[in-house]
Amino acid sequence: MTKAVQIKGVSKKYGSYQAIKKVSFDIHDNEFFTLLGPSGCGKTTLLRMIAGFETPTTGNIILHGQNIENLPANKRRVNTVFQNYALFPHMNLEENIGFGLEMLGWKKDKRECRVNEMLKLVHMEQFAKRFPSELSGGQQQRIALARALAPEPEVLLLDEPLSALDLKLRQAMREELQDLQRQTGITFIFVTHDQEEALAMSDRICVLAHGEIQHLDSPINIYENPTNRFVADFIGDTNFLDVNVTGSNVHATSIETPLGINIDVPASGVKVGQDAVMSLRPEKISINKSVDGVSLPGRVMHRTYMGGYTHYTIQLSSGADLRVSMRNNISNNINYDLNEAVTLGFSPASVRVLGE
Amino acid sequence: MGRLLSFFINKNDVSRYPGFGIITLLFFLFLYLPIMVIIAFSFNENKIVSVWNGFSTKWYTSAINNQTLVDSLQVSLTVAFISTFIATVIAVSAALALTRGDDIKNKNFSIMVVNLPLMLPEIVFAVAILILFSLLGVQNGMLKLILAHTCFCIPFAFLPIRARLQGMNNNLEHASQDLYATPWVTFRRITLPLIMPGVFAGGMLSFVISMDDFITSNIVSGGGATTLPVYIFSLVKQGVSPELNAISTLIMVASLLIATPALYFATKK
Ligand SMILES: Nc1ncnc2c1ncn2[C@@H]1O[C@H](COP(=O)(O)OP(=O)(O)OP(=O)(O)O)[C@@H](O)[C@H]1O
Ligand SMILES: [Mg+2]
Repeated sequence: MTKAVQIKGVSKKYGSYQAIKKVSFDIHDNEFFTLLGPSGCGKTTLLRMIAGFETPTTGNIILHGQNIENLPANKRRVNTVFQNYALFPHMNLEENIGFGLEMLGWKKDKRECRVNEMLKLVHMEQFAKRFPSELSGGQQQRIALARALAPEPEVLLLDEPLSALDLKLRQAMREELQDLQRQTGITFIFVTHDQEEALAMSDRICVLAHGEIQHLDSPINIYENPTNRFVADFIGDTNFLDVNVTGSNVHATSIETPLGINIDVPASGVKVGQDAVMSLRPEKISINKSVDGVSLPGRVMHRTYMGGYTHYTIQLSSGADLRVSMRNNISNNINYDLNEAVTLGFSPASVRVLGE
Repeated sequence: MGRLLSFFINKNDVSRYPGFGIITLLFFLFLYLPIMVIIAFSFNENKIVSVWNGFSTKWYTSAINNQTLVDSLQVSLTVAFISTFIATVIAVSAALALTRGDDIKNKNFSIMVVNLPLMLPEIVFAVAILILFSLLGVQNGMLKLILAHTCFCIPFAFLPIRARLQGMNNNLEHASQDLYATPWVTFRRITLPLIMPGVFAGGMLSFVISMDDFITSNIVSGGGATTLPVYIFSLVKQGVSPELNAISTLIMVASLLIATPALYFATKK
C-alpha cells in the first residue's frame, strides 16, 4: 500500500496553547480516513495544516513523497470541502465547479466537459446555471463536493461536511460519499465528531483528544478493542466498572469485579495492582440467559423503549448497575417490567480491561 | 426610514396621538422649506433675492456662462475623482491588511489610528496640513488639494470597506486558494467582487465629502486652484445673488441624479 499522506512529528501551537501535540501517522492511497474526536481536539487544525492554511510549528507533512509543509495552499494538489461549503456566491454552479480547472489552466471546452461530468456525478445536471443561494443545504453540499473533486486532487479533505444537514439527508449523503470515494479512487480525509458517521464510512479511524492520537485503527477494532477508557467511552455506549487486576499474562487478565465474581478476560497490557476499569458494551449482555456460566441476579430499574431496541438499567444484587440493550426482533420481543427480577449473562471474552 | 416609521406606528401607534399630522408636517417643512425657497427664488426675475417679481431662467444662463464658476466646478470634480480613487485604493489595502492579516501586531491600535482623523476637528487638520505643505515646499494648488482631500477621505472610505470585509466569510478566500488561485487572482476574482458594495459606498462617501469640503480647501487654496464651495463662499461674501440660488439648485439636481442610482446599487445585494 502506498502512502498518500505522511504526518511526521507534527505539532501546532497557537500562542502558548498546544493545539496538536507531536502526532505521526500515515494515510494510505485510496483510503477513506477519518479524524474523529470531541470538539476542540484539533481535527480542523490538523486538516488545515494538510490543506496549507496553517503552518505546523514542528514536523513534516509529506504528500506522495514530497514535503509540502512550506508550500502555499494553491500549490498543493489537495482540495477541501468546507464545513459551510464556501461556494462562491457571485458565480453560478458551473463557474464554481470550473474555478479550480480554470486556475490550473484547462482550456474552455475541456473544462466544460469536466464540469458536466462532475454535475452528473453529484446528480445536479439540471442546476448548472443556478447560483449557490438558490440551492438547499444538501444541494450546496453536492456542489462543494463536485468543485473539490473536479481538479482530481491527490487527496480530498472534508471538514464535517454533513454537520449542517438534517438526519435523513445526512444518512443518505453518507452512502453517496462512500460511493463517490470508491468511484473516484481519491484518498478522502474526513473530519467528524460524530462517531456513528465515522464507524459507518471509514476504512480507518484516527481518534483524537486534546491534540493527541488516542487510537488509530479500523472501525471494528476501534469499537471492539479500544486502547483506552476515552476511546471506549467516546465510541458507542459502554458500562464501566472499577476492577482489581489480580493476575496478568499474555493469554488472559484476571480481575476481581464489583459484580461479585472474579473472571479471566482477554489479555490487556494492565499490570497487577494498577488502577483499571472493565468495559462491557450493553449489547453484549443478555437477560435471563446464562452465558459461559455467568448468571447474575438483578432487578429492572429503568426501561427506555427505542423502537428497534429497548434499553434497560439493571441493578444487580451486588449493588452494581449495568445498562443492557436488547434488540426487538421476531425471536426476542419480550419486555421486562420495572422491578422485575432478572438474571444477566455475558461472556468474559467480551469484557475489555483498560488502564485509566 | 419607512421601517422605522412603521415600527413606531405598530408599537405605540403614535399616529393616533393628537397633533401627529401637524408635527409631521412641521418636521418636513423644517427640513425642506429652506431648500424649496432656494429653488423657487432661483427662478426670480428680480435681482433683489427676497422680492418676487416674475418668472425667469436668466440666472441659470448667467451661472452656466460664468467661467470662474465652471472652472471651480472642474477643479472640484478633478480633485474629488482623483482623491477618491487614491483614498479608496489605500482604504482597501488597509482594510485587507487589518481584517485578513494574521500576524499584524497592534491591530486594534492601527484601526484606531486609521479612524482617528474622523474625530479630529477639521480646522486642526487643515492648519496642520498647510504647515506641512509650506515645510515641504509644495506649491501647486491642485496637488495640495488632492493630497489634502486624499488624507481626510481615507477613513470615510475605510469604514464601509472594512465592515464589508468583516462580514465576508474568509473561507471563501481559502477555498479560492485551495483551488489553485494565487493570492492576487483570489483578490481580483473573489474578494474584490464580493466587497464591491462596500468599496462603492466608501468611494461615494469620499467623493461627497471631497466635493462638499470647505474648511480645508479654503485654507490650502491658492496656487491657482479654487474649489466650488470656496468659490460659492466668495460669492456669498458679496451678498446673496439669484445666480447663487441657480447654482445651488443645479448642484442639488446633479446630486440627486448621482445619488439616486448610487443608493439603489448600494442597497442592492
Ligand atoms: N487561530 C487560532 N488561534 C488560537 N487558538 C486556536 C485557533 N484555531 C484553533 N484554536 C484552538 O485549537 C484547538 C483545536 O481547534 P480545532 O478547530 O482544530 O478543533 P476541532 O477539533 O476542529 O473542533 P470542532 O469539532 O469544534 O470543529 C481549540 O481549542 C481552539 O480553541
Ligand atoms: Mg473543526
